[in-house]
Amino acid sequence: MKILYFAWLRERLNRGEEHVSPPAEVATVSDLIDWLAARDEAFAHAVSKRSLIRAAVDARLVPHDAPIAGAGVVALFPPMTGG
Amino acid sequence: MPVRVTTEPFDPGAETNAFLAAGQGAGAAVTFTGVVRSSPDDPVTSLTLECYPELAINQLEAILADATARFELLAATVIHRYGTLAPGEPIVQVMTLSPHRAAAFRGAEFLMDYLKTDAPFWKQESGPNGTVWVAPRDEDDTAKARWS
Repeated sequence: MKILYFAWLRERLNRGEEHVSPPAEVATVSDLIDWLAARDEAFAHAVSKRSLIRAAVDARLVPHDAPIAGAGVVALFPPMTGG
Repeated sequence: MPVRVTTEPFDPGAETNAFLAAGQGAGAAVTFTGVVRSSPDDPVTSLTLECYPELAINQLEAILADATARFELLAATVIHRYGTLAPGEPIVQVMTLSPHRAAAFRGAEFLMDYLKTDAPFWKQESGPNGTVWVAPRDEDDTAKARWS
């Protein structure tokens, strides 16, 4: 599974993407964030305010309780500031 | 092409003319252009927009479909740039077409209010004091909430 990071989350993690293989019990976006945080202190710190993290699964915006089974790309990013 | 997400500069007047030419006889067309702001109180030397293009296209197409259905628009277009822009350069343009002006105005406002918070762009401003990520504004959430 490919993970994409954008904006200040990308900067704080020092990477725009990575490939990970979470175990099957990591079922939702929220589980994935927990799992990533458990293996990386910098990540845990960057996502400590969960309300500031938005997510997309395969280029569709989703809530944190959305399933990630079969997903090719999960993106995590801060609130959007376009326009 | 009703949705365009691009690093290339666009010409607001040429885009408006092309939109009008395609919608002859419609009655009412509204164009909104957002440009990079810089003021003496808050000088900006450049604005960099980061984008997730695949998601931006999906989100903008969904917002356009909503606006078209809700205001019975005859046509609507969104153009959004990303990359590094100078003050005064166009960032975004929305255009709407309808038989009467009220729907065209409201449709354009709806599109802007939704894309501010729901399209994956992130602004970073550079000025005399350095470079900062632009924080989301509560006013933008309030503006969007009035349509629900």
